[in-house]
Amino acid sequence: MMGLTQPVIHGTAAVWAAFQLHPPTASSIADNVDKLYYFLTGITLFFTILIFSIIFVFMIKYRRRSEDEIPEGTHTSMALELTWTIIPSLICVVIFIWASALYVRNARPPAASTEMFVVGKQWMWHIQHPEGPREIDELHVPVNVPIKMTMTSQDVIHDFYIPAFRVKKDVLPGRYTSLWFEANKIGTYHLFCAQYCGTNHSQMIGWVYVMSDADYAAWLAGGEKAESMAQQGERLFSQFGCNTCHTGDATGTGPSLAGLYGKPEKLQNGQTRVVDETFIRDAILAPSTVHVPGYAAGMPTFAGQVNEDQVLQLIAYVKSLGAQERTNAK
Amino acid sequence: MSTATADIHEVPAESRVHYLNARYGIKSWLLTLDHKRIGLLYLGTITFMFLIGGIAATLMRLNLIEPQGALVEPETYNKLFSTHGIVMVFFFLVPSIPATLGNFLIPLMIGARDVAFPKLNLMSWYIFVTGCCCMLYAVMTGGVDTGWTFYTPYSSTYAHTSVLLAALGIFIAGFSSILTGLNFIVTIHKMRAPGMTWFRLPLFIWSMYATSMIFVLGTPVIAVTLLLLGLERILHVGIFDPALGGDPLLFQHLFWFYSHPAVYIMILPGMGVVSELIPAFSRKRIFGYSFVAFSSLAIAVISFVVWGHHMFVTGQSVYAGLVFSVLSFLVAIPSAIKVFNWTATLYKGSISYQAPMLYALGFIGLFTMGGLTGLFLASLATDVHLNGTYFIVAHFHYIMVGGAVMAYLGGIHYWWPKITGRLYPDLWARFSALVIFVGFNLTFFPQFVLGYLGMPRRYAMYPAEFQSLNVLSSAGASVLAVGYVIPLVYLIWSLKYGPPAGPNPWKAKGLEWTIQSPPPTENFEETPIVTEEAYNYPTVGGVSV
Repeated sequence: MMGLTQPVIHGTAAVWAAFQLHPPTASSIADNVDKLYYFLTGITLFFTILIFSIIFVFMIKYRRRSEDEIPEGTHTSMALELTWTIIPSLICVVIFIWASALYVRNARPPAASTEMFVVGKQWMWHIQHPEGPREIDELHVPVNVPIKMTMTSQDVIHDFYIPAFRVKKDVLPGRYTSLWFEANKIGTYHLFCAQYCGTNHSQMIGWVYVMSDADYAAWLAGGEKAESMAQQGERLFSQFGCNTCHTGDATGTGPSLAGLYGKPEKLQNGQTRVVDETFIRDAILAPSTVHVPGYAAGMPTFAGQVNEDQVLQLIAYVKSLGAQERTNAK
Repeated sequence: MSTATADIHEVPAESRVHYLNARYGIKSWLLTLDHKRIGLLYLGTITFMFLIGGIAATLMRLNLIEPQGALVEPETYNKLFSTHGIVMVFFFLVPSIPATLGNFLIPLMIGARDVAFPKLNLMSWYIFVTGCCCMLYAVMTGGVDTGWTFYTPYSSTYAHTSVLLAALGIFIAGFSSILTGLNFIVTIHKMRAPGMTWFRLPLFIWSMYATSMIFVLGTPVIAVTLLLLGLERILHVGIFDPALGGDPLLFQHLFWFYSHPAVYIMILPGMGVVSELIPAFSRKRIFGYSFVAFSSLAIAVISFVVWGHHMFVTGQSVYAGLVFSVLSFLVAIPSAIKVFNWTATLYKGSISYQAPMLYALGFIGLFTMGGLTGLFLASLATDVHLNGTYFIVAHFHYIMVGGAVMAYLGGIHYWWPKITGRLYPDLWARFSALVIFVGFNLTFFPQFVLGYLGMPRRYAMYPAEFQSLNVLSSAGASVLAVGYVIPLVYLIWSLKYGPPAGPNPWKAKGLEWTIQSPPPTENFEETPIVTEEAYNYPTVGGVSV
């Protein structure tokens, strides 16, 4: 709906687009995925044509010429059976290694990725930039910068899909998933929800704007002056009274959160978990599951009071405390 | 196969008693314990369900002619694709070949009087019909909009449609599958005629055996899964919905643990049919009998450990992804082995091109394409892009329609003279096979391209640049629909006007061709004694190894 009409493809462009066989490629991994895709297309064509032509030749050559024709017998050949077992197996091994290596490489975001945050809800995409700006069904990103999207859903399962970048990941309620990409071509690209999510699933779409650094900086600076995500989180932190227990020093009944992010934490239940986004989310919404020994149990849950956007802001705040700690240590 | 009764003479069907004219009246059908009549009861039921699913598909394709939706609101479109998927998968494809041809043929092929448990067999049909009624009631009372996959928490918490009724229908129909599978396994183990050893069995029986194993082992899992879904939806027990403390992906694990093997429930019987048709119309023993037989079992076993390839983009761990990817490649090998063996069977054969053979050759071609495009989805890096798009839709329709439905129609055409004692007009049948082949490719090939371009499936509306390919696909669907209607017409016509078929119109091997068409109620006047291999067609040299 709103998304369908935005960047308009008119006239001849539309006619040309009608015959396109190839989606736009606009990310650092897209070309590599396409190479594998075309290799697989080649394999498919080769074997399809092979089988079709063999059948076709046999159909003509060995057609029944008279009703009482008696053909030669079938002679099972172990050599043939092994040939057509082993060759496809080897081809599969090659494809598996190629595809898996590419996948493993594509799965891990570069360390220096810029983070952005996504909350999917029926039927829109909420996107937050760490600097503060928020958008709906639109995503503005700078070109040639690796970006890691941390994503969750407020209701059902969605799926964040940008075909031009060849990236896709389910967006699940109750946990964070992530994907990353590095856009390498300035332009406007489709954003789709690729997991059926109810009535207006097909309208849960939007646009990704890949901009030059300067344009992106201008875009960030423009609009209303927003607080950064961490600042918004800090405000929530006092608004919900988090700071009455997490005072940040020895006087608090709750642990200090400074420098916590990224630290392994030994829990009451014996597990050791690294404090990451999911950990902090659990601590806010289901505190008993991440109770740290030495502190009083009984932190109330904030489930139902904070929404997923706000949880992300609180996480950004806690992360910013960690960043401060590290800076101070230097 | 059995030489003892090879010289059977045709006796006009009107002048003798057979399973169709032994008794008349509605009661004689509804209370029948004859596996052949039960097969026909299933045939009627699933043909009706196919029409329902087909109408839904037709409306979907009509709607997709225009980017904004040419016909219905998104809400209705969602119900259409859900109805199409649920009806076609659970109420047509899963029972299609096993319940109709399997029921009719298994006792005939192994030289038995009936299946092991005839009453259980009739009960299975009643259970199936109850399931169908539940589903149809769900469609009439508001429909269901979850897709055939019922992903949670949408289906358990958010959908406001008749989810429970539809799930109940599938739950009930599942028992019919389990009991049918059980019946077939026992029948194949215990009721083979003297001399009918395991390696003399027609390959159709091997594929039925493998399918029955999946029925019995897999179906309970979907039953439990739907039960849990019901518990969460009615009693709000937190199983799948994280808001209630559940795990949304648990459902997908359970669902695909059944539903991936279910894909093989749909295709293995088709492979069995094709393994009968190719030798019959090449007048030749199948190439690599034991390879084809064991590849069925291999597929049945491996199919239980590949479910995770449906979940590559759910955020499951990279290592899980790697394991499921390698296992998915593994399941491709036995399928490839089958294709090569079928093709090799044609070599130096005496090939005729009656309608069943055209369907069988169509099957090989389309199944090959369906199988090879599966490699794109077993490959992790490309699956990320293609998962959830029209590429998936195209891929599984090549397997399930290009494969399973082509084989089903081929089987129906091959055994129709045996079932009814009548021949259908072969020219029309060849024509419809051609129309279906062309219509099918025109419908689904453009969807591969659409998927690669990035069009997600289950979209009631879509960006304008995808329109031309969608129009092409819809045009193909109308050709395909015509192709499906033609056989319906001439097959019904043949019931009354078709010339008598005689016991063995194809001069094919196999015990079912050694008796009159239609067969007598008791199948064999005396128990046949099998003294030779399957597909023992006469050869020039006189030997076939």
